Amino acid sequence: MDETVIQIDNLTFFYTPDEGETAEDVLSGVSLEIEKGSFVAILGHNGSGKSTLARHLNALLLPKGGSVTVFGMDTKAEDLTLEIRRRVGMVFQNPDNQIVSNVVEEDVAFAPENLGVPTPEIRRRVDEALKMVGMYGFRDHAPHLLSGGQKQRVAIAGVLAMRPECVAFDEPTAMLDPQGRRDVMDIIEKLRREYGSTVILITHHMEEAVRADRVVVMSDGKVVMDGAPREVFPRVEELEALGLSVPETVRLLWEMRKRGVDLPLTALTVEECAKVLADRYAVKQ
Amino acid sequence: MLKDVTLGQYFPGTTVVHRLDPRTKILLVVLYIVALFCAKTWLAYLLVGVCLAAAIAAARIRLSAMLKGLKPLIFIVLLTGLLNLFYGRGEPIARFWIFKITREGIENAVFMVLRIVMLVMGTFMLTYTTSPIMLTYGLELLMKPLKVLKVPVHELAMMMSMALRLIPTLIEETDKIISAQKARGAEFDTGNLIQKAKAMLPILIPLFLSSFRRADELATAMEARCYHGGEGRTRLNVLHMAARDVLALCLGAALVAAVVVLSKFGL
Repeated sequence: MDETVIQIDNLTFFYTPDEGETAEDVLSGVSLEIEKGSFVAILGHNGSGKSTLARHLNALLLPKGGSVTVFGMDTKAEDLTLEIRRRVGMVFQNPDNQIVSNVVEEDVAFAPENLGVPTPEIRRRVDEALKMVGMYGFRDHAPHLLSGGQKQRVAIAGVLAMRPECVAFDEPTAMLDPQGRRDVMDIIEKLRREYGSTVILITHHMEEAVRADRVVVMSDGKVVMDGAPREVFPRVEELEALGLSVPETVRLLWEMRKRGVDLPLTALTVEECAKVLADRYAVKQ
Repeated sequence: MLKDVTLGQYFPGTTVVHRLDPRTKILLVVLYIVALFCAKTWLAYLLVGVCLAAAIAAARIRLSAMLKGLKPLIFIVLLTGLLNLFYGRGEPIARFWIFKITREGIENAVFMVLRIVMLVMGTFMLTYTTSPIMLTYGLELLMKPLKVLKVPVHELAMMMSMALRLIPTLIEETDKIISAQKARGAEFDTGNLIQKAKAMLPILIPLFLSSFRRADELATAMEARCYHGGEGRTRLNVLHMAARDVLALCLGAALVAAVVVLSKFGL
């Protein structure tokens, strides 16, 4: 469980500026270690550098300073790029801009085809990935006729068909309705439970981050908080200063605390929150 | 409103014609066109026509679908017919003002009209019975020998399938932009032709911008899924030439031979 799969050391990155302009660091000195099998949520307001960070994990972007090591491979090594991308899959925000084919199963087959996997094995992987996301029944459908959530599930299957050991999700639910959002989160849980995959989830939704076992908060290209959700979310004032919200349950307890009721802020779900309140008031009755 | 546009005009099915290898079908269409242009006699046209009818029947394509496809071409067909009608040489059978109609003229006109109609119907048979993906794949395989001449065959095929993939997405997008511009008071169906063309600008510019953005994101997503060109790529669906493909190609070659012989002897 303690094996490090992703090691980021003092990572600095900036986009090459136009002439006459000075470069602004998008990431400045980020260091992070991600352990095998862990579920890490990365939070941060727009422009905090979280998507840029994610794109370093599979060599879509290369560090301008510092280094990123994935499964022992330096992302700067060009001959390892394909192997790195196979082992660290990435799911993006807009499913429409990830799907490459007019047929669901051909889209899922795209990555294994690129990797030169033999045909019978591609068929096996496609079927398995589609069953995993619950889209097997749609394998011969046209993606543009599916709902947003279904499209995103197809996109996830397309990544799973590579058999990655780690999957980075870059705001996968931002364009989905509540049902689609739930489906994607269920797939993430299943991915960890059944495959033991390492999951990195970039998100704006606190109720999604709550399900992670580690929360990393970014601001202005730096990591400003890092810890278990139970440690990070009670820091309500700091989070709000960074332009982030906290889970509704924490918010409720915090507001009550402001009004002089001494309650712990560690309740991350409605159930936990109910328990905290019940414990306190049941005694009084 | 734009959603009903069926592009590629593919009618899914499981008939023999549908199951033929796309390469076979592309080659058959080429042979068919050669035969059509070699045909110079009634009997030859009849032969080609019978083959076309047999193919349509075997693919269970409704005649109405075929005729619908011909609709946009009515003007060209009629114009060609009329021009040929009046430009014939030989003994005039009827004349009025500066026009004269000859026996040869009538024959030419009928042949030309038949040729265009049959040409279009024949090529429709290809797109009606082959999915765009299979068509692209077939083309890629057929053009493979051109790689020796440094023609980027795989890249061309990939671009074509990407274009096909993005058509429905961009149509949806256009629909949204039109609604958005209408909501802000844009008018698209008033004024003369130039005004109408100008009114298209507020649609085209956002559409252009967003397709660039889309292309960029799609390219990133493709890279993330290990796309690195055509080298060492395998396929989920591999094409195999079956006995029926060989048979179909032989029939196609026989058709060309028969038409050439018939025309040679002037039958």
